[in-house]
Amino acid sequence: MSADFLYTLEVILNGLMAGVMYSLVALGFVLIFKASGIFNYAQGVMALFAAMTLVGLQSGQIPFAHLINAIFGTDLHHFGWQMPALLAIILTVGVMVLFAIIVEKYILHHLVNQEPIILFMATIGLAYFMEGFGDIMWGSEIKTMDVGIPSGGSFWLEEVTMTWAAEGERYWGMYIDKLDVVATLVALVLVISLTLFSQYTKTGRALRAVADDHQAALSVGISLRTIWVIVWSIAGFVALVAGIMWGSKSGVQFSLSLIALKALPVLMLGGFTSIPGAIIGGLIIGVGEKLFEFAIGSVYLGGATENWFAYVLALVFLVFRPQGLFGEKIIERV
Amino acid sequence: MFYRESGDFKKTYQEDGQTFPIRFDRWRYWVILAIAFLVFPFFMNDYFANAVMIPFLVWAIAALGLNILTGYCGQLSLGTGGFMAVGAYATYKIMTAFPGMDMFSVIILSGFVTAGVGVLFGLPSLRIKGFYLAVATLAAQFFLIWLFNKVPWFYNNSASGQINAPERDIFGIVITGPHATPLATYLFCLIVAVALAWVARNLTRGRLGRSWMAIRDMDIAAEIIGVNPLKAKLSAFAVSSFFVGVAGSLLFSVYLGAAEVTDTFGINVSFMVLFMIIIGGLGSIFGSFVGAAFMVLMPVLLKNILVGGLGWPTDLAAHLEYIIVGGLIIIFLIVEPHGLAQMARVLKEKLRLWPFPH
Repeated sequence: MSADFLYTLEVILNGLMAGVMYSLVALGFVLIFKASGIFNYAQGVMALFAAMTLVGLQSGQIPFAHLINAIFGTDLHHFGWQMPALLAIILTVGVMVLFAIIVEKYILHHLVNQEPIILFMATIGLAYFMEGFGDIMWGSEIKTMDVGIPSGGSFWLEEVTMTWAAEGERYWGMYIDKLDVVATLVALVLVISLTLFSQYTKTGRALRAVADDHQAALSVGISLRTIWVIVWSIAGFVALVAGIMWGSKSGVQFSLSLIALKALPVLMLGGFTSIPGAIIGGLIIGVGEKLFEFAIGSVYLGGATENWFAYVLALVFLVFRPQGLFGEKIIERV
Repeated sequence: MFYRESGDFKKTYQEDGQTFPIRFDRWRYWVILAIAFLVFPFFMNDYFANAVMIPFLVWAIAALGLNILTGYCGQLSLGTGGFMAVGAYATYKIMTAFPGMDMFSVIILSGFVTAGVGVLFGLPSLRIKGFYLAVATLAAQFFLIWLFNKVPWFYNNSASGQINAPERDIFGIVITGPHATPLATYLFCLIVAVALAWVARNLTRGRLGRSWMAIRDMDIAAEIIGVNPLKAKLSAFAVSSFFVGVAGSLLFSVYLGAAEVTDTFGINVSFMVLFMIIIGGLGSIFGSFVGAAFMVLMPVLLKNILVGGLGWPTDLAAHLEYIIVGGLIIIFLIVEPHGLAQMARVLKEKLRLWPFPH
């Protein structure tokens, strides 16, 4: 095989992996949108907040230390313990469930029957609130996350792929981050278990009923409030998974919340209401932007096309298919 | 008592359609204008102009622009930052290419350039609706920022990638650059803002504005009664982008004097302007000004109280600002989803009936 072909293959593989990461965020969006019709802009910040909480718990940071120090003139920073990763993850899930309950009780409950745009704005407000809250609670410096996921390139793969290249070609093997492979597996497990959950459990059926029609679901005795808490908890859990993956990859920092913006074109491609759509949309975006950058962007356009390519791709795509790949057909009546 | 018409005495369409049907409102409007034009200039100092009034006026123009698109025509846009960047860079190019041109022409020309770009990015709105459109406008935001970063022609190949406003005047009064006085820049912004608000008010209550509102309320129904969606949507994009472009142009040339595209016109700007029109009130000219005032004044106030008054570190105050902005937005949406303008409207209705509400 020629080196060019192998390079392209490597780009595609890395694109697929990046796409999986986008899908992880998009998944949380889809879950909430399906169950409550809310376009949850705060999903990215939820991922950031979950990751911050996890790191904070793990390293035994004192919450609000900065604030307390500023008010009382003390000098607190750490409890001085190291929590095992698993325990910290479980506690973080607890925090996200608590968060879901609070959101339902104090925000969504008061906004029932409002227009979608108002709910969307409310989640933007929520995103701002959580961004500031997370920073005050855990500090805004960049943190490293270590929950024991392997990372770095795989030498084994590099050696294997090196032998694929044709004789005399200078090719040094493929670089694929182990972390990305783990992320792919985790995403796979997540999607399968979510699908099983929504297809075969009673709660899952209730979720789908609510997604179909709020009022009909209410009339057969499904508690909307419970369902919303459950959905937001699951979305919080998905956010945590995304936060762990992204946090291990590039550190826990503010830019983590911006991946929510990257998940938007993924959603547009896949359709707001489809879980497989979120995955496939993510893969298309991931491969598309990496290939475009590799073949055209860095050669003719001066690079950094990844910033906008996904949006433009989604835009062009939507002009031909306004409801996305797998979205429900939009039927409008007067 | 004083705040009402004592019955329905309107005899002409002109009386029926006037902006301030109540005499008190009319007087209040003139008094506010008089204070802005005749009283404030005497108190104008550097801090008051640069920290409060000029940002308020500039952001109010941007909010007006977005309100025309989102509040009146119902097309959600997250590309405001990108369009403001178009206005700013157009200003820069015009200023450097035609050094003799006065600032009014520069700003109006930049507005037209932005309107053209806005129409281009508004084209997908004919096919895409709602949230899908919001994400599509993000394409404009990111693409435009990238473009201004990557093509050296836009920043005249300057080494830092920044654009700096050279000194320009109108009628011999310096408006931009380091020698501009706070008074001159304030009055300049004020004149532009008042003129644009007048244009916006009269556009939105005319035929064009009514066609926008018809599209907002239900586009298919509007199409059936004979509103041309192509014309309505694209004109909304054009007018809105014109306003936003002028705001970007003023922000760069008069207020900041220099700009770096990612910092000054990033996605945060788009959200900030969106917050202004939510807090102020969608579909209200008055609301755009109130929302802008709120978003400009609150950080100044918070900073004065927390950093100046309590001596907290600046970063803590900044985080707290996020919390307060986010919390207030949620509270506003819960208490009054239609913003401060709606609160004013409700108050007005109550005042009309007071003290005999039955």
